[in-house]
Amino acid sequence: MRVRLNVNGAWRQADVWPGASLLALLRDSLGLVGSKNACEQGECGSCSVWLDGELVCACLVLAAQADGCTVHTVESLAQGGRLHPVQEAFLDAGAVQCGFCTPGLVVAVVDLLRRDPSPSEETVREALAGNLCRCTGYQKILDAVRLAAERMTGGDRGSRA
Amino acid sequence: MDVYLPRTLAEALEVKARRPEAVPIAGGTDVMVAINFHRLRPDAVVDLSRLPELRQWREEDGAVFVGAGMTYARLVRELSWCVPLAQAARTVGSPQIRNRGTLGGNVGTASPAGDTLPVLAAHDAEVVLGRAGGRVRALPWDQFFLGPKQTALAPDELVLGVRWRRLRGPGSFLKVGTRNAMVIAVASLCLVVDEVGRAVRVALGSVGPTVLRAPEAERFAAEQMQRAGAWDDPRAALSDAVVEEFGERVAAAARPIDDVRGSAAYRRHACAVLARRALRWALGDRRLAG
Repeated sequence: MRVRLNVNGAWRQADVWPGASLLALLRDSLGLVGSKNACEQGECGSCSVWLDGELVCACLVLAAQADGCTVHTVESLAQGGRLHPVQEAFLDAGAVQCGFCTPGLVVAVVDLLRRDPSPSEETVREALAGNLCRCTGYQKILDAVRLAAERMTGGDRGSRA
Repeated sequence: MDVYLPRTLAEALEVKARRPEAVPIAGGTDVMVAINFHRLRPDAVVDLSRLPELRQWREEDGAVFVGAGMTYARLVRELSWCVPLAQAARTVGSPQIRNRGTLGGNVGTASPAGDTLPVLAAHDAEVVLGRAGGRVRALPWDQFFLGPKQTALAPDELVLGVRWRRLRGPGSFLKVGTRNAMVIAVASLCLVVDEVGRAVRVALGSVGPTVLRAPEAERFAAEQMQRAGAWDDPRAALSDAVVEEFGERVAAAARPIDDVRGSAAYRRHACAVLARRALRWALGDRRLAG
């Protein structure tokens, strides 16, 4: 069936199997492979995207349900060749090991910091509870969130020398 | 596979009248897992995620109606006055899951571990069901939930929402699992106090074929509060022995099985612990409220 949706600011359409997920549409039909396919059951968060502004697992959305909707993927974050501050922070904090969970985590962190620019550690842990890192590199990820939050709120001026 | 994308509830009910085998999908947090893992290949799917009629809640003359399309995230944000429901919704999955999964899905899937179900049972909620042509019926929760993933929903019906009379009194939802997030309950419990009816109501999840109440323990708690004068004076205490006995009576109402998530013995023990904790919290809340 044909699905038409706005992805990262552009209207796109794709012919998909009626039972296909939004994740399959993004990866297989549109070639947007930043959203990762791991568990296909909403357990790991690797396919996190925004559907009409809400953080969701793309594997749990029937592609047809996204017809006429707006989707933003991890590919929307870097602008004009410049990484998003959250992506920069993941690099600088060494919050990347194998990298497979990184796109989903970056999306979830951006979502969190939009709602709560200076989250407590408990808030961060709860917000990221749906994103699994099989390398178990969680401490660096928490460091990256704090670094991103500081930079995005201008809180680390002076410590940056 | 035919996919229907109705824009109104009437259209959705028409689809179910014509194609009763059509599988309803809203948040997709259950249905898509089954499709992704080739466990489900429905001939037809009907999307309920954009029906405005189901995505709302309202007060109705002392009762509250919560539409089936209310997501867990919205239950947490918008129904915070119903503390046990907000607590239960917050334990579901992760932010991503709570943004999509719906109360109607929890009710329709009818898993013994459905997190909101003990809350609905403790509130003596009824499940509101609709058919094409504006035909609506409401079933008490214990006539709707028939067994593990078995309900009284007719093939041409949809779950419209749930309704219960608002209670005055404290309450809470508690859940045991291996993590704070992304966990299917090993045991869960909702306790509410009905100050007007002078009753204590307890419902258990994940420890039986479907959600269970603990009527004998409920009567015991209400009587002991009467005996202690606690209904009239919130500062009147219940003895530790009484709270202990309450926990044992709640555990006796459980009908748990051994499975991969926990043994029957552990589950029964957990019920007693959760029941004592919930009762102590409720008594503490009553003291604070005066």
